[in-house]
Amino acid sequence: MQTENKKRGSKTGRKSLFNKNGYLFVAPYGLLFCIFILMPVIIAVGLSFTNFNTIEAPKFIGLLNYINLITADETFMQFVLPNTVKYALIVGVGGYVLAFLLAWALANMTKGPRTIFALILYSPSMTTGVAMSVLWKIMFTGDQTGYINSWLMNIGAIDEPIIWLSNAQYLLPIVIIIGLWSSMGVGFLAILAGILNIDESLYEAAAIDGVKNRFQEMIYVTIPSMKPQMLFAAVMQIVGAFQNGQISTLLAGNPTPGYAAQLIVNHIEDYGFIRYEMGYAAAVSVVLLLIVQIFSSVSKKLFTEKD
Amino acid sequence: MASYKGHRINPDRFEKGQLKLYIFVVPLALITGLPIVFIFFHAFKPMEELFAFPPKFITVHPTLDNFSKLLKASRNAGIPLSKYVFNSILITIAVMAFSLAFTTMAAFSLSKLKYKGRNVLLKINEIAIMFVAVAVMIPRYLIVNKIGIIDSYWAQILPLIPLPVALFLVKQFVDQVPDSLIEAAYVDGAGDFTVYLKVILPLIKPAIATAAILVFQQVWTNLEASNYYINDDGLKSLAFYMNTLTSTSTTNTVAGQGIAAAASLILFLPNLILFCLLQKNVMNTMAHSGIK
Repeated sequence: MQTENKKRGSKTGRKSLFNKNGYLFVAPYGLLFCIFILMPVIIAVGLSFTNFNTIEAPKFIGLLNYINLITADETFMQFVLPNTVKYALIVGVGGYVLAFLLAWALANMTKGPRTIFALILYSPSMTTGVAMSVLWKIMFTGDQTGYINSWLMNIGAIDEPIIWLSNAQYLLPIVIIIGLWSSMGVGFLAILAGILNIDESLYEAAAIDGVKNRFQEMIYVTIPSMKPQMLFAAVMQIVGAFQNGQISTLLAGNPTPGYAAQLIVNHIEDYGFIRYEMGYAAAVSVVLLLIVQIFSSVSKKLFTEKD
Repeated sequence: MASYKGHRINPDRFEKGQLKLYIFVVPLALITGLPIVFIFFHAFKPMEELFAFPPKFITVHPTLDNFSKLLKASRNAGIPLSKYVFNSILITIAVMAFSLAFTTMAAFSLSKLKYKGRNVLLKINEIAIMFVAVAVMIPRYLIVNKIGIIDSYWAQILPLIPLPVALFLVKQFVDQVPDSLIEAAYVDGAGDFTVYLKVILPLIKPAIATAAILVFQQVWTNLEASNYYINDDGLKSLAFYMNTLTSTSTTNTVAGQGIAAAASLILFLPNLILFCLLQKNVMNTMAHSGIK
């Protein structure tokens, strides 16, 4: 084989050459990717057109699941969808803007403080929300021994302890705050690295061209010079936001009280693993994947380099 | 305003102009950091401080009580804590070893080897970055069930090996390795595997470190596998056990809170340590993270 390589000479660089070893190298990853990522998506789409209770074979019912989702599932239309949109806009989009502003501020600091702040801001995302659900349960304990209650009563903001996690009014805001708290993840680091790698001569040139302050620099130099990182970060932010949706049910059980913090991820779990209506749950999954796709393509429109 | 010279990103020393930035960042960093600090304090609180009213944020007399109670609690449950720890370590090491090997091989192939369909594979993986695993937990369960690995370590290992983001980042990094280096190795008579092992791997260590962190975070706190694919409690993970401690019954009692905080800390610390050790590599890798 080695002599063969020599004969063919350059294997990289020239498109016309064909190296079938490439398939061998990609095969182990590719195989597992197909089994555990590609197939599940295909099966989800397939199942979404069926009625499937895991005991009998799936029965084809066409678009009925989707029709029911839109017309008959009051929980979905009244709670799950509005909750999810609110959550995605604040944690996904809001968190993204916040990640950018923080990364930008950190990039303008000296190295020591920057490293420390970056570590602090990033650390919640390591916990993926799950490990820290206990923390929030303790903080938001519903009687006067809870930390938040005790503190709020201390400063006189409230007279009676609030039962935070069973109260429909507060549950979604709490879930959103926790979502934001843990949203400075890989996307945030990518933006920070992106800003730090911008060629400094661009800023000097921009100053000569009439850029007057940091804000204009950010709009006219920083963001346009790192669109690829901005796009990567946007995608990571969206995926992270939806992935973290499970925190609602970890805090308040499934379904959440009054469906107050029921997100689309929890709705899937509810139908799939509690009611065993797998076909219907699959339809909801497809809707979720579509929502992520829509957010991603909007980001792509914003940040694809036009040249 | 010709006097404006443009700001220096990554300045060498502190200047007054940076104060505004601190005013913005410090409060947010405090809010972000406090809950983490709280877990540390809470895990080391003795009983009387857990019961203290009004509740105190800071631990006055730190103790290891909560950790020893955690050990006892698991002993009473029939499965010793060490079993969960062993399961989690085994699963984590296996996933990381397979994932890093397969990911770097695929990255080498997708970046440096020429063959038909390569660009399609790349595109598919790029789209898969958007993959939200929780969305397809049902079909995943059906597949795991179908291939007969329910109730085995494999059910907790295999599904977590492919991580599109990790492949994407490593591939971007392999792109930075100059072709001339690889050419030179081929001219010296090296085969593809030797090039992968001796040329590529040593040059992409930062990306490997980053992928390691990402994979670790996925596996170490994963609940899905234990929740849905495993019925035998003796095979479940530490994250699962910790989560049962934190949910429902135990957190209702104040003593349970201390134990749960100790459990959370044990789950969280390895993440923190690994990230601190490898953070330089992460920034290095993220510089090439852009999607074009």
